[in-house]
Amino acid sequence: MPEHILLRHRDIPEIADLDVYLKHDGFTAFEDVVKNQTPEQVIETVKTANLRGRGGAGFPAGVKWSFLTPGVFPRYVVANADESEPGTFKDREIMEGNPYQFLEGIAICSYAAQANTAYIYCRGEFWDLAHELEGKIEALTKRGLLGEGLFDTDYSLMIYVYLGAGAYICGEETALLSSMEGEIGHPRLRPPFPAAEGLFAKPTVINNVETLTNLPPIINQGADWYCSIGTEKSTGPKIFSLSGHVERPGNYELPFGTTFRELIFEHGGGIRDGKAIKGILPAGASAPLLPATDEVLDTPMDYESVPKVGSQLGSASIIVLDETVDIAWMAYKTTSFFKHESCGKCAPCREGTYWMYHILNRFQNGNAAPADIDLLNRVALGIQGKCFCALGEFSITPVVAGIEHFRSDFEALTGDGK
Amino acid sequence: MSEELVRLKIDDIDVRVPKGTKVVDAAKQAGIEIPVFCHHPKIESVGMCRMCLVEIGTPKRDRSTGENILDKSGQPQVEFWPKLETSCTTPVSEGMVVKVSSEKAIEGRKQILEFLLTSHPLDCPVCDKGGECSLQDLAMGHGSGESRFVLDDKKHLDKHVPLGDLIVLDRERCVQCARCIRFQEEVAGDPVLAFAERGRNMEIVTFSDPGFDSYFSGNTTDICPVGALTTVDFRFGARSWEMDATASICTHCPVGCNLMLNTRREASANGRQMIKRVMPRQNERVNEIWICDKGRFAHHFATSDERLTKPLVRIDGKLIETSWKKALERAAEGLKAAGEGVVGLASGRVSNEDLFSFHALLKSIGGRAILSDSQAGGALVQQVGVGQGTDIGGLGVRDAILVIASDLHEEAPIWWQRVMGATKRGTTLVVANARKTRLDDYAEHVVRYRYQEAALTGLGLLQAITGAKDLSKFSGDELLKSAAKALTEAENLVIFYGVEGLTYAESKSLSEACAAILVETKNIGRAQNGLIAVWPKSNTQGAWDMGLRPAEGDLENALADAKAAYIMAVDPVGDNPNLAEIFNGDRFLVVQELFMTPTAELADVVFPAQSFAEREGTFTSGERRVQRFYPAVKALGETKADWSIIASLAASLGIGLESSSAARVFLRITEEIEAYAEISYQSLAEFEEQWPPVGEEDLYYGGTTFKNRQGLGVQLAPAAEKDQSIKIQWSAPPEFKGKKGYLLVPVVELYDRGATVMPSENLHSRLASPVLRMSLKDAKSIGVMQGAQVELLLDGRTEELQAIAEEGVPEGVILLGRGLGVPIAEPEYVEVRLKA
Amino acid sequence: MLVDKYPKEIDRILAKFPPERKRAAALPLLYLAQREYGHVSKEAIREVAGILDVDPTQVGGLVGFYSLLHAKPGGKYRLQVCTDLPCALRGAEEFAEELCDNLRIKMGETTEDGLITVEEVKCLAGCDKAPMFQLQAPDGIHYFENQDLDSAMELIEELRQRGDDA
Ligand SMILES: Cc1cc2nc3c(=O)[nH]c(=O)nc-3n(C[C@H](O)[C@H](O)[C@H](O)COP(=O)(O)O)c2cc1C
Ligand code: SF4
Ligand code: FES
Repeated sequence: MPEHILLRHRDIPEIADLDVYLKHDGFTAFEDVVKNQTPEQVIETVKTANLRGRGGAGFPAGVKWSFLTPGVFPRYVVANADESEPGTFKDREIMEGNPYQFLEGIAICSYAAQANTAYIYCRGEFWDLAHELEGKIEALTKRGLLGEGLFDTDYSLMIYVYLGAGAYICGEETALLSSMEGEIGHPRLRPPFPAAEGLFAKPTVINNVETLTNLPPIINQGADWYCSIGTEKSTGPKIFSLSGHVERPGNYELPFGTTFRELIFEHGGGIRDGKAIKGILPAGASAPLLPATDEVLDTPMDYESVPKVGSQLGSASIIVLDETVDIAWMAYKTTSFFKHESCGKCAPCREGTYWMYHILNRFQNGNAAPADIDLLNRVALGIQGKCFCALGEFSITPVVAGIEHFRSDFEALTGDGK
Repeated sequence: MSEELVRLKIDDIDVRVPKGTKVVDAAKQAGIEIPVFCHHPKIESVGMCRMCLVEIGTPKRDRSTGENILDKSGQPQVEFWPKLETSCTTPVSEGMVVKVSSEKAIEGRKQILEFLLTSHPLDCPVCDKGGECSLQDLAMGHGSGESRFVLDDKKHLDKHVPLGDLIVLDRERCVQCARCIRFQEEVAGDPVLAFAERGRNMEIVTFSDPGFDSYFSGNTTDICPVGALTTVDFRFGARSWEMDATASICTHCPVGCNLMLNTRREASANGRQMIKRVMPRQNERVNEIWICDKGRFAHHFATSDERLTKPLVRIDGKLIETSWKKALERAAEGLKAAGEGVVGLASGRVSNEDLFSFHALLKSIGGRAILSDSQAGGALVQQVGVGQGTDIGGLGVRDAILVIASDLHEEAPIWWQRVMGATKRGTTLVVANARKTRLDDYAEHVVRYRYQEAALTGLGLLQAITGAKDLSKFSGDELLKSAAKALTEAENLVIFYGVEGLTYAESKSLSEACAAILVETKNIGRAQNGLIAVWPKSNTQGAWDMGLRPAEGDLENALADAKAAYIMAVDPVGDNPNLAEIFNGDRFLVVQELFMTPTAELADVVFPAQSFAEREGTFTSGERRVQRFYPAVKALGETKADWSIIASLAASLGIGLESSSAARVFLRITEEIEAYAEISYQSLAEFEEQWPPVGEEDLYYGGTTFKNRQGLGVQLAPAAEKDQSIKIQWSAPPEFKGKKGYLLVPVVELYDRGATVMPSENLHSRLASPVLRMSLKDAKSIGVMQGAQVELLLDGRTEELQAIAEEGVPEGVILLGRGLGVPIAEPEYVEVRLKA
Repeated sequence: MLVDKYPKEIDRILAKFPPERKRAAALPLLYLAQREYGHVSKEAIREVAGILDVDPTQVGGLVGFYSLLHAKPGGKYRLQVCTDLPCALRGAEEFAEELCDNLRIKMGETTEDGLITVEEVKCLAGCDKAPMFQLQAPDGIHYFENQDLDSAMELIEELRQRGDDA
């Protein structure tokens, strides 16, 4: 794909400047929908384009918007910019490089949702970025592209930046809402879903940064054009965050359906230092580890194909492991992450991640016994299917798959258990 | 909850429950136990402990027709959800099938339990909760016996974290169920507990000042499913199975919370049986499963070493111990000599039996039986009090409550909590007071009047409701009218009236106005409607019912006119030092008391009475529920029950009063007092199963509150229930002449420094202080800096006190807590000046 | 007091939320408190709770939950190295160790002069530019990517100079 649809700053370096963005069709889509389309029409277009959520679950955005409880106002839109999944760094690049397209996406979504207030929930670490964004919002307000009575209609929109304070769980949409309401970031029961009772108990749309950034091109160029990119069920472009043992880590905007092999070996320049590839974590720490077999490498990266080889695409953060990586260590690292980030609300995740970590630590310290491998596996399966939210469920996936595919790595670290 | 019923199957048992019921509660109702930690039937469920996992299936539906798809045998096909679900968060639905005992469900729960146990210290042998712990019970019943985890990394956390002065947290034992946090937020209205940290470091914290600042904190120890929260009062006090349990009724306020007194013989008290702890006993109509901290912790007076244990007589100016015989003779002599000039004075702190006998004795000798308080309206409550079957906990969307001239949070905490709860269910609350009280936050209409205008405000409401011409001079502003409208529109209406800032005359006018409002809006004579007096004592309504009447604002003269006085369970001299003069003369004085009060010190004869814990009897609550209490500990020294002392004294005077048992006295009550005619000690002891189940085998579910097997009491029918044509005559409030100075208003604070509180040392750090609270403006004009010493000139006396400026205190008014050592019975005009 | 010192800023923060949902301003106000006092003490919690009209407990619980808020004082700067899996695959753990050795402290400790606390943190969304860290400074949080020992020490030196001036 020669031209970028999302990472347009790679083609037009100055696009983070409002004038430059406006010169390149900036805010024409928003103006068009506000002036000429009903919210229902916008939702219909997004449904037809089959824009799927890029935050991990792949849920169709247009369908989600249509769940908003009719007749209840005010409504809110929240852009999920919590981006904390290990190996994910795409939203950050969008917001740094092509912020206005993202903001225009929020605006379109807000119009479709008939929300007059939108918030961007930025992870707290994005402090500088958040302040930049506030500046951009101010610039838009000055230009009359945000604020009261937009484009001489009675539609108004304000966008505010909300800074989190360091908690991975706050990327989960209901925990995010708790956090925004001034509570600790514990996830909430669903139902009610945010579309019914979200922020401040009002109907709310929550979408990922990348999802929203897709909206201006969809409005400008149409659903059919959008559907021509990617695969039948996973339409459009996707940003793949490539990290780990590759020559050229970074974000790659490619159509859905690109294979792991193409991403890693063509775009990423292959494995660093001429080493062999051992495994792939296709969705950061949150999905099963895949052994780098030919079958896996030739799997198209889309929401349908990756599950077929036993994992998930998630937010498409591909962490590549070369032959030197000890999988017991990898499991130790991912588990350490989840243990640290478990919010503590539910018992299996809170206690389970801790105990997995404790056992994996024994492997690292050389005092694991052979029986610890099965114990670890059983603890993981004890967590499975019992947690309050997906975090706990995510936590076991690299571990269970790690043992399944690379048991010998664990065995090599066991002694007599002393 | 709607009445629409839903059918489902739980472990092959057919269950029908109201729509909206959670699966776990439906199972409980059907007698099927699903273990829970975080779920509590009185708190919104959160689904966080995951202990209640079950398999859930729902009938398959044909998408086009919406009909169930049937299998070959004609039964609906059931599709099971892929994961185990928390039964505490899943509402029932028609045709649902729940598997609690399937292998998958049992295995799932076992795993959860194992996770919880790996972090738990398993110190059951030394845990206060041992024997009444859900985790312990579940580990026995559901655990796999032996844990798979190597337990070399138990949590080692602080086992003694005082959350405040009353509650201690054991961090190791906490299972993070958040029951305490949610109770405080939802039920108590004091969100002073929270989680801090996250993951396995998550812990319960409080940042309130003082720590865990809530009048309801003790309840968290009942619903904590493990031994993580304990009370300072009971911690390490005894094992649950070593104690006896006796049903009782709280004596601290007119709510009449049902209690259980846990007692044990104590070596440290010379083998005396002592109260180890006070626990709530379930009565859903009264206190549900809660009690306030005063009820729980202020029990030490009952077994205090400071109690009077022997009769005393005055010889050569000194009170010396004597025998009952001599004391009774001496008392009889003195009273006889006074002829018909005997005045009896008693308070609603004692039982109906005591007050009935007291009244009977005074009647027989031609004396007068006076009720010590200056709140009016007990007779109106007899007429238009709340109807039989009233349950504040059942008030809902179409109902309204008026609270006037009372700070319920301080005066009757459980009523406060239940009224607040009603507002959460949609009940319209109108709060009228001269200052902001905590209930304002939950009120739809806040009516603010000036002190001395409470009765005017009541009449103003009445005017707005009736539009009656003769009331037109009381007509109020739009705010008052909209509040009146809310009262008129309510389907059910309950009015609570207090005496804050009121004299007897005002109280009379206010109570009449309130009663008249109820009559005019036809909210009388049926359940969920009527008048409740927020009395200063637990059995003041009983005192009215037994025939005692207040001195109508002129206690001083009533006593001055007396030739002899017989004073029971009240300390008039302590309340008003000016009365000392009356008793310093040769007026004969008999005092019947628990403690050596300032009044008792002036007595000719002092009779040592028994506390509520040593004897039996009945109290009549503000909602006019007659309830029994039982002897829990052996009587101290030579003390006797009040009714028994009265009977002995009567005998010495040659009068025959019932003397054999409290039960026989009660029988007399039912014979002589019409409202009590239909009840008996037996009927008061009747009970039925209540929801939610608590205690014993249900403690994992509802908590350690005691099941009520000793009687729910009987709510008396007000006269209006038989006679709907009741008319109430209102009277105009007294005129206040332009007096000078500041109006000193006594207000109630829960933790006062009275004789029934002081012996409980645990509460000392929480006691209210005798400070003068004044408006910012007045403080400025007097020149008072925060906490400055001032002199208060009151009724010829001078008191030296601290003063503070406080937002919300009306100008020209100074608030002072009652029972804090500065005697003041009614509002009075005072002078205040900065101490030189 | 924050209310006296930053009335405008507080108003600006509160204006973002519906008035009856003031509590939503908890995190921004805690950041303000932390900027002012260097950490969030109990008194600061009370101040924030006062502004929000809630019990201090409802604010206090947040401080321990969120990793960017600190209940206890640390170094003036918190240098937080990401050693999560993707960064670790690209040498972050070695980098962090070298850095600590060079500053003669252990992970989590503060340099003798009280200037720098080095901490390990989880993924910061800078995985392709490892080793990387963020600097939690009094004025905010800043990213430093593609780092090595020299560049990190250079930064620290600069901070030392700055600290002296201030
Ligand atoms: C533990 C956890 C962390 C998550 N973190 C993020 C995140 O950082 N960013 C994000 O957009 N979505 C995240 N999600 C997904 C959100 O819950 C939500 O599905 C998403 O924001 C919806 O937007 P989308 O439909 O546009 O993808 C996370 C989910 C879970 C369970
Ligand atoms: S799975 Fe449970 S403990 Fe883990 S993050 Fe979700 S709710 Fe919190
Ligand atoms: S999750 Fe249902 S009882 Fe705790």
